[in-house]
Amino acid sequence: MQAVLLKHVVQANAFVAHVVVAVMSVLGALACTLGLVACSGHVSAEPDRAGAESPADASRSSDSPRYPVEIHMPDVLRGIRTGTVDSLQRPLLAPCGSCHASGAYALRERNDPPVQGPHAGLSFRHGELRCGACHDARRAEALHLADGRTLPLVEAMTLCGQCHGTQMRDYRHGSHGGMSGYWDLSRGPRVRNHCIDCHDPHAPAYPRYQPAPPPPDPRRRPRG
Amino acid sequence: MTDRKKRRTLKILGATLGAGAFARAIAPLSALSETTSMEELLQQHYQELTPKDLQRVLRRLEAETKRDYGVDVTIEDVPPLEGVQFAYALNLSICIGCRKCAEACHEENNHDRGTGNSYIRVLEMDQGSMDMERGRTDYDHTVPAEGKFYMPVQCQQCENAPCVTVCPVEATWQEKDGIVVVDYNWCIGCRYCEAACPYHARRFNWNKPDVPAEEMNPNQAYLGNRVRPQGVVEKCTFCLHRTRKGRLPACLEACPTGARVFGNVLDPDSEIRWVLENKRVFVLKEELGTRPRFYYFFDE
Repeated sequence: MQAVLLKHVVQANAFVAHVVVAVMSVLGALACTLGLVACSGHVSAEPDRAGAESPADASRSSDSPRYPVEIHMPDVLRGIRTGTVDSLQRPLLAPCGSCHASGAYALRERNDPPVQGPHAGLSFRHGELRCGACHDARRAEALHLADGRTLPLVEAMTLCGQCHGTQMRDYRHGSHGGMSGYWDLSRGPRVRNHCIDCHDPHAPAYPRYQPAPPPPDPRRRPRG
Repeated sequence: MTDRKKRRTLKILGATLGAGAFARAIAPLSALSETTSMEELLQQHYQELTPKDLQRVLRRLEAETKRDYGVDVTIEDVPPLEGVQFAYALNLSICIGCRKCAEACHEENNHDRGTGNSYIRVLEMDQGSMDMERGRTDYDHTVPAEGKFYMPVQCQQCENAPCVTVCPVEATWQEKDGIVVVDYNWCIGCRYCEAACPYHARRFNWNKPDVPAEEMNPNQAYLGNRVRPQGVVEKCTFCLHRTRKGRLPACLEACPTGARVFGNVLDPDSEIRWVLENKRVFVLKEELGTRPRFYYFFDE
């Protein structure tokens, strides 16, 4: 019951070049979803409000302009880090095509020796999946969906969602993945994390780590 | 000794004793004036302040913060938004117990650095159990630990709040957006509310909070995160200095897994509404009839 709306998307300006903006559009109470499209150099217009319902008890936000919900765009979807930075101290990325120019490239198989070269150190712990499950063997900057359609790397979330449907559903409704900014989109924008900000696509289990120190517990504290 | 002489002696004795007793009785007042201005002593309850008086109070508090902490801060009166009822939900299936929320609360709300205070405790409990009494808050190992789950607990902003009922001076009340607030300048520090809260959500300022100038969050609210005086009770305000301006609470932004969902329940398109309508949410200690507006849920 979810109509996926691919909305305008945005190449962010020079200062936020790593961020692609997707616009969250709300159509009625149930059909609220979002989508990503490759950047095309224009900034998204005001979100489409046609069809947005304004019931009498309307929320405050439904009769005022809505700010966009951006999805953070990890730079690994744009190329590979070269280890150097540009004049703005951003990591300098080399597009996939700078090595994989010829198009087709070899995908690793299970018993192949560890990857060398620029991709050295990649770990592969994503269930039983092999490279070819997601990567398109013909174009290095492309993925492919289960039905064979190719998908640009920057749209990787669509690919994640085809297996992790419940997580994608929760993400679309703001109950997975985290966010920052404004709960009230009539007052300001919101930024969402990308799947791969938290889950390394090659080893997606969320890492364990040491928690922050505990605050005092009033149940156990005689006097401070 | 004549009667007249006796009477005069008694009078003098009585007057001397009376004067001494009076001086003794008002002695605390002179000590008080070293830390408390007369203006502060005579300040009205927040809800009875005229807009003009309120502004005067805010400027005075800013000046006091500058004097005591050496920081220029802005203390605002941030009223509830029209048509907004806040609610919070927390997904226990994806909380990993990292305490990032508690840490963010500590910094955002200008908590005392010495005690590491926070409005959030994170309980570590055995999977399959829900025994909060045995929930540990002092765990210090890599998280999430095998066989454990984590439950952050903060003020539940109850509709029927025991802490509000017990306050003898009405220094705490629920605002119309659902947030339970404290007038820190009206609180007498009796700690009845702390005892009444079934969620251990209130904190008492035993000491004057120690916050280094460079760590002070200068965006403050009178009913929110301004530095609380010593000897009063404080509590989570859903970061009203942020949320009443449309922003997300600090604990939510700090959550690395997205376990926290916040919003306006009156907005049918809000994330919080979706969670309340589609997840099997529950509240803590429902049987007490406190009617919290903080919900928990597990993924199916």
